[in-house]
Amino acid sequence: MKIAIGGMVEPGSTRVNKTGSWRIYRPLYHRDKCIKCGICSMLCPDSSVKAQEDGYVIFDYEYCKGCGICAYECPKDAIEMVLEEK
Amino acid sequence: MSRLAPGHRGCPGCCDAMAANFVLEAAGDDIIVVSPTGCLEVMTTPYPESAWEVPWIHSLFENAASVAAGIESALKALGRKGNTKIIALAGDGATMDIGTLGLSGAFERGHDITYVCIDNEAYMNTGVQRSGGTPYGASTTTSPTGKESFGNRTQKKNMPAIMAAHGAPYVTTTSISYPKDMMRKVKKAVDIEGPCYIHAHAPCSTGWRFESSRTVEIGKLAVETALWPLYEIEYSEITGVKKIKNRKPVEDYLKAQGRFKHLFTKEGGEKEIAKIQDIADWNVKHYELE
Ligand SMILES: Cc1ncc(C[n+]2csc(CCOP(=O)(O)OP(=O)(O)O)c2C)c(N)n1
Ligand code: SF4
Ligand code: SF4
Ligand code: SF4
Ligand SMILES: [Mg+2]
Repeated sequence: MKIAIGGMVEPGSTRVNKTGSWRIYRPLYHRDKCIKCGICSMLCPDSSVKAQEDGYVIFDYEYCKGCGICAYECPKDAIEMVLEEK
Repeated sequence: MSRLAPGHRGCPGCCDAMAANFVLEAAGDDIIVVSPTGCLEVMTTPYPESAWEVPWIHSLFENAASVAAGIESALKALGRKGNTKIIALAGDGATMDIGTLGLSGAFERGHDITYVCIDNEAYMNTGVQRSGGTPYGASTTTSPTGKESFGNRTQKKNMPAIMAAHGAPYVTTTSISYPKDMMRKVKKAVDIEGPCYIHAHAPCSTGWRFESSRTVEIGKLAVETALWPLYEIEYSEITGVKKIKNRKPVEDYLKAQGRFKHLFTKEGGEKEIAKIQDIADWNVKHYELE
């Protein structure tokens, strides 16, 4: 491997690594229960829950590792962890 | 506001990633981040990739504060400091053991930097060895529980007190389980001129042995039992404290984690738990938490 001067790398380049393949449980979103509080998107360590303009959230299954924090912390049980089917 | 890009190699539910995200959200985009060696550095930047989208530098395990101070001095000398914030994001091992000398020097000289210790209470990146941040009674790979041993024999070092003794304009504790508290304090610190120190408690599911989904809950229990008090210190005076209503017994915190399991299964464990309760009681008295 050739190393760039100063070991410089491109910003955000970890995106090539699709960590969604790590997942054992998948967050399943019950939109009808969601109160748009934004707790899930704030907490996600993998920036894989994003609030949309209307306040509802979308999950990025390309990267979500299935840690379950969003589901555990959701005040309205609007996120359920279900076994991943591969 | 930028956060870490996805695709980093942090464990599912990584506390270091959460801490970094809160700092990034609060501090804005005009920042330069320094990370010493540790989980945050290793998992965000496996060469030739990086999860950072702000200027970021890693040099060594022991010199994050010195590198941050050097960047600040260089920008000032070049007349290019402007409003750019220089932030070090470092582990407890990097901060409370190997990097303390450089950190103390940087605060003594009064550089305009914000230093955040992400305290997951052991050397996680090399396999959970004890550090000066490991609490009394925790089992780690270098303070294992066994026939005679009840885990770590030393108390958690009071690092914020050491930093406050430098007379810094702002020293504070926080926790990744209180993102709003943490973001408010980061914002306050970066806006203050001079060296500021933030000590963020960060429950690590891998090292502390609990389900990753409970990361936030465990951090809240540390605060609710008074084992991790939240306070602010300005120029060596305590100026803010988060009061605790209906304090919980330390057992509630300890029993939720594998690293303390032996305290509940081994004969004599109650005595050790009582010692840990004493630490919480001392915190309540000392920081007037109730
Ligand atoms: C001088 C030196 N000694 C030891 C190491 C090995 N090492 C790399 S990361 C690490 C642990 C870091 O622990 P901490 O600062 O608490 O951060 P964490 O990984 O827990 O987030 C150690 C011991 C090193 N890289 N350099
Ligand atoms: S935490 Fe729950 S209620 Fe809040 S935005 Fe997320 S899904 Fe909706
Ligand atoms: S399960 Fe974990 S990684 Fe996946 S979206 Fe929820 S918080 Fe993020
Ligand atoms: S060991 Fe802990 S700090 Fe390190 S990557 Fe895993 S969860 Fe994060
Ligand atoms: Mg650590």
